[in-house]
Amino acid sequence: MIKGIKGHRNHPLWYAYALHRVSGLALVLFLPLHFYVLSLALTQPQRLDAFLHWTEIPAVKFAEMGLVFLLSVHLLGGIRLLVLELLPWSPRQKTWAAVAAGGALFVSGAFLLNAV
Amino acid sequence: MANTNDTMTVKVWRGDKNGGAYQQFVVPRQDNQTVLDVVSWIQQNQDPNLSYRFACRVGMCGSCAMMVNGTPRWTCRTHVNKVLDANTLVVAPLRNLPPIKDLVADMDPFFDKWIDAGGHHDPSASRYDAMPQIAPDDAQRAVANESIECINCAVCYAACDTVAHNENYLGPAALQRAWTLYNDEKVNDTDAVLAAVSGKGGCHNCHSQGSCSLYCPNELNPMRAIAGLKAATIKHQLKRGR
Amino acid sequence: MNIRLYMAQRLSAIIMIPLVFGHLGVMIYAIQGGLSAGEILSRTQGSVFWFMFYGLFVIAVSVHGAIGLRTIMSELLRWNDIALDAIMWGFGLLSIFMGARAVSAVTWL
Repeated sequence: MIKGIKGHRNHPLWYAYALHRVSGLALVLFLPLHFYVLSLALTQPQRLDAFLHWTEIPAVKFAEMGLVFLLSVHLLGGIRLLVLELLPWSPRQKTWAAVAAGGALFVSGAFLLNAV
Repeated sequence: MANTNDTMTVKVWRGDKNGGAYQQFVVPRQDNQTVLDVVSWIQQNQDPNLSYRFACRVGMCGSCAMMVNGTPRWTCRTHVNKVLDANTLVVAPLRNLPPIKDLVADMDPFFDKWIDAGGHHDPSASRYDAMPQIAPDDAQRAVANESIECINCAVCYAACDTVAHNENYLGPAALQRAWTLYNDEKVNDTDAVLAAVSGKGGCHNCHSQGSCSLYCPNELNPMRAIAGLKAATIKHQLKRGR
Repeated sequence: MNIRLYMAQRLSAIIMIPLVFGHLGVMIYAIQGGLSAGEILSRTQGSVFWFMFYGLFVIAVSVHGAIGLRTIMSELLRWNDIALDAIMWGFGLLSIFMGARAVSAVTWL
């Protein structure tokens, strides 16, 4: 197979960047929905409870795990970037990117285990 | 010539600023053969109209960089063995720069940004002053030394997706140069260096994708230099705020 | 992106590090045995701590998200500066407003 014109992207730190961007965008789009549902507690508590019952569906729980993964990977990846930019240089950026992704999988796995 | 083990397929981008397409050539394989050798063979044996740029052929001048199978490379020091994929080479002009003709990219934006990032010498003393004494093992000099081997080949500039997505972004090479100047004791106004890299296209646009440091043929680390600029600009801004 | 947006982005990120760790902990703890409005409200209502915690969180995430959205729109869709500033302020203010409503809904007595 001939690598396409985007061959320059095929390395761990570029994928870390892509994951940080996709997770950030997804979280930003989720945020207004999240706020809206919580504010139902003020106006229509019965609708909030109806919504929370909906979250008992396994597929929804799985989607929630996805959100937990996005939040934790954006957190850990963001810490890696802050350390890279503000503290003395570490040459082990690929390792730290892998640790961030692995840590996020661990956190979201813990969430799912508690959810079921 | 048929495409056998003794030959390889080479797709070369032909065109100009208005567009172009890949033209296929079959080129003999040699044991020791660089990508620049391949391009030269095509120009000498198949199509004398093929335009490309090179000078020193030993990795010093920085003029022969091209996209090879999607990745920017200095072609004179890139062996075909290392990059051949499915017995095929795809050779194109450097990414993120306007093509002039065939494999020749217009380097003007790259060098314009080099100047915009403060890439010129603003001396702190005149010829009548004594030369400043800088110890080779001075910590700041060591930081400046890390980046001085840049040959302006623009491989990092072509590798960077932030450059691709943001036409104002100064790019890895120019910002790395600014970091060198910032750490050079002979530079008069380091505040001006920081100001030049703090604007709309400045160092703060960098997303630390690291392609610059991965593909730099001289194994320099522009990502680290840009991180240094980010920290230095923050420190400067906080000091000024007080 | 310029230095002021960059610093606001990084400062809001630093503020959120302990907040997100706390939020993740609360989520993993609270999901056990299912969620109900009564359970959430009994934990948070009338609590000055959770009001401060999530109040600060809403401000920081609105700043951080608005600047992030501006950067993505700039690089992906190449909007001009006026459109970029409009979406940044629009999203940021909407997020602070909706977030303030959510926080007051779950922490106010």
